[in-house]
Amino acid sequence: MFKYIVKRLLISIVILLGVSIIIYFLVRLMPADYVDTKFASQLSQGSIDQEDIQRFKDLYGIGDNSFTGILSGYFKWLGNMLRGDFGNSFIHNKPVGQVIGENMWISFAIAVVATILQFLIAIPLGITSATHQYSVRDYVTTVFTMIGIALPTYFFAYIAIRLFSTELGWLPNSGLVNPSKNYADTFGGGMEKLGDIIVHLILPVFVTVILSIGGLMRYTRTNTLEVLNADYIRTARAKGLSEKRVVYKHAFRNTLIPLATLLAGILPSLFGGMMITEQVFSIDGIGNLAYNALRQGDIPFIMGYNMFLAVLTVIGTLFSDIMYSIVDPRVKLQ
Amino acid sequence: MKEQDNNILQEETEPTTVTMDEASVHTDAEVVVADHEGAVLPEEGENADVGADMETYKEMSPMRLVLRRFFRSKLSIVGLVMIVALFLFSFLGPVVYGWFDNVEWIHTAHEDNLTLEEAVDRSYKVYSTQSGVIDAEDLNEETFTILEVVDVENTSGRANGLLPPGEGHILGTDDQGMDVFARLMYGGRISLIIGFIVVILETLIGIVVGGISGYFGGWIDNVLMRIVDIFNCIPTLPILLIASAVIDSWHLAPDVQIYVLMVIITLFGWSGTARLVRGQILGLREQEYITATEVMGFSPWRRIFKHLVPNVMPQLIVSMTLGLGSVILYESSLSYLGLGVQLPKAAWGTMIALAKSREVLIYHMNIWLPAGILIVIAVLGFNFIGDGLRDAMDPKARK
Repeated sequence: MFKYIVKRLLISIVILLGVSIIIYFLVRLMPADYVDTKFASQLSQGSIDQEDIQRFKDLYGIGDNSFTGILSGYFKWLGNMLRGDFGNSFIHNKPVGQVIGENMWISFAIAVVATILQFLIAIPLGITSATHQYSVRDYVTTVFTMIGIALPTYFFAYIAIRLFSTELGWLPNSGLVNPSKNYADTFGGGMEKLGDIIVHLILPVFVTVILSIGGLMRYTRTNTLEVLNADYIRTARAKGLSEKRVVYKHAFRNTLIPLATLLAGILPSLFGGMMITEQVFSIDGIGNLAYNALRQGDIPFIMGYNMFLAVLTVIGTLFSDIMYSIVDPRVKLQ
Repeated sequence: MKEQDNNILQEETEPTTVTMDEASVHTDAEVVVADHEGAVLPEEGENADVGADMETYKEMSPMRLVLRRFFRSKLSIVGLVMIVALFLFSFLGPVVYGWFDNVEWIHTAHEDNLTLEEAVDRSYKVYSTQSGVIDAEDLNEETFTILEVVDVENTSGRANGLLPPGEGHILGTDDQGMDVFARLMYGGRISLIIGFIVVILETLIGIVVGGISGYFGGWIDNVLMRIVDIFNCIPTLPILLIASAVIDSWHLAPDVQIYVLMVIITLFGWSGTARLVRGQILGLREQEYITATEVMGFSPWRRIFKHLVPNVMPQLIVSMTLGLGSVILYESSLSYLGLGVQLPKAAWGTMIALAKSREVLIYHMNIWLPAGILIVIAVLGFNFIGDGLRDAMDPKARK
């Protein structure tokens, strides 16, 4: 077990190196040059000239766009990263780690709440639809959850905004707090602010949950069907147990085994998908920041963000493999 | 009805391999027809000695069995109808739409190679920046800048932007004065073409990489699978955004850009297929018939691609169908973020992107709602078909 984990961790390092090379080279080829954009107005006014801009670019470490230039830039980035320094974000003028750390909590909150709700809704749906296979209930849940899979995030978000925000006026359509409000610096004011944030998060969480229920529900349904066909279920029925007991005592636990592995994979994919949700609802989580960074060529931040996601994925897969062997003793790691 | 349900259940738990057993399950059901004379169908020639046993049954090829099980599920039929309708809408739609007289296509004088005078003679309308439509008499004074010269009364031009549905434009026009309904059709063409080409390319790469890796094993497998892992760990949407931004800077023609777009979606999407093929081949290569091909001295190349890969085909077809939906989603997300298909080419994603402006979001739902509904129909249709195919081809492996 220990040997297995060490081996997997070593492989993960190789994988992350590969990921960082590909991303770094692509990012350096991007057209949006932060220095060019930032000093464009000064350049046209004539207060600085092209030479100054080149000097700035060298200062930012993005001056040499030849192959060797990018390569040396990569090794410099890599060296700094190994020392725990992800560089300074161009836009925010702060260390990338700090920017991610400050802004990830709102994304994290949405992701965690959405994941919990998703499991709470999808698992019962999947089980009923499996125990009533080919019934009207099965077809209805299947069709609705499949529509959830097929909906593009931004489209569903616009429908939700149009319906709940402009048509019915129940919920705010963007941001985190009410911009026209001043929150008192007391406990009451803090609570008021927190309440406002929660109200603002209802729509994004709703959209995320509806869109991601489908996959989990289908997965639960398939697993339950498989388990219900097993011999020990037949035995349980033969003993004369009630159907309720068979499904919820005997079958249910075993349907959960593969789901445990799924939990680990969900988080990185939720973070990745958050980019569009946050952009539509203009919430300043790391997804939206990354989108703006992409637009403006903030290389250190883009690298930091993508590596953050890649690390989440690597750890997630490793974690889910280990989980699997813990939950299901029949599986041996080698 | 109850009986038939039982039959479905029973059949779906049967393995796909033997046609005869399957057929015997259905003696009490409909399709199996007694066939006393020609029990041996032409394509089953080699099985002549087995033929005697099945005299009373009509033998069915695995293909037909799969089709029969496929069409038994209502959802797969619904999916098929949706996709066929979508194809007709996007590929034949523009042709039919053009037949109606009240619909006029955008012809600017510039496109038709006319001079200003000729255009006015042919009753083109002239739009200026100042006052919209200009008469032929005013034209002689030439005191204004001409914005656009456009064919006939009912057409677009920027002055025709954001028209409500009806009167020549079934779904109205967008902010550029382009007919929404026509753009839906052309957007469908692009989405479907991109979907198919990307999925085929991904499958080809997946077959080659997965086949080689699964067959040879050892260090080749190790190296190839680490590469697959790398591509698997790259966050898809962000990297696609970065890559399309790079391509955007090459300033290609919109046509060419679509092809490059397909290449990059393929590049970051093939790893799943490779993994699938490898996993299947790992199991298959231990079977006796592969030992037989080895004894017969076939080259590894032939063994992989002639004998192993065809046996992965069922799973591949399923993953291709399901993949079509996700490629269409990725393409439309990119287009939505302005980095996919570029104007003036139509794409469903760019049409929805217009809802970024509050005005369009609230008052012009005719522009963005239909595009989104079409995306849902496309993805849903492919998913239904994929699910149906999976149940039909490989009843054991329902995931």
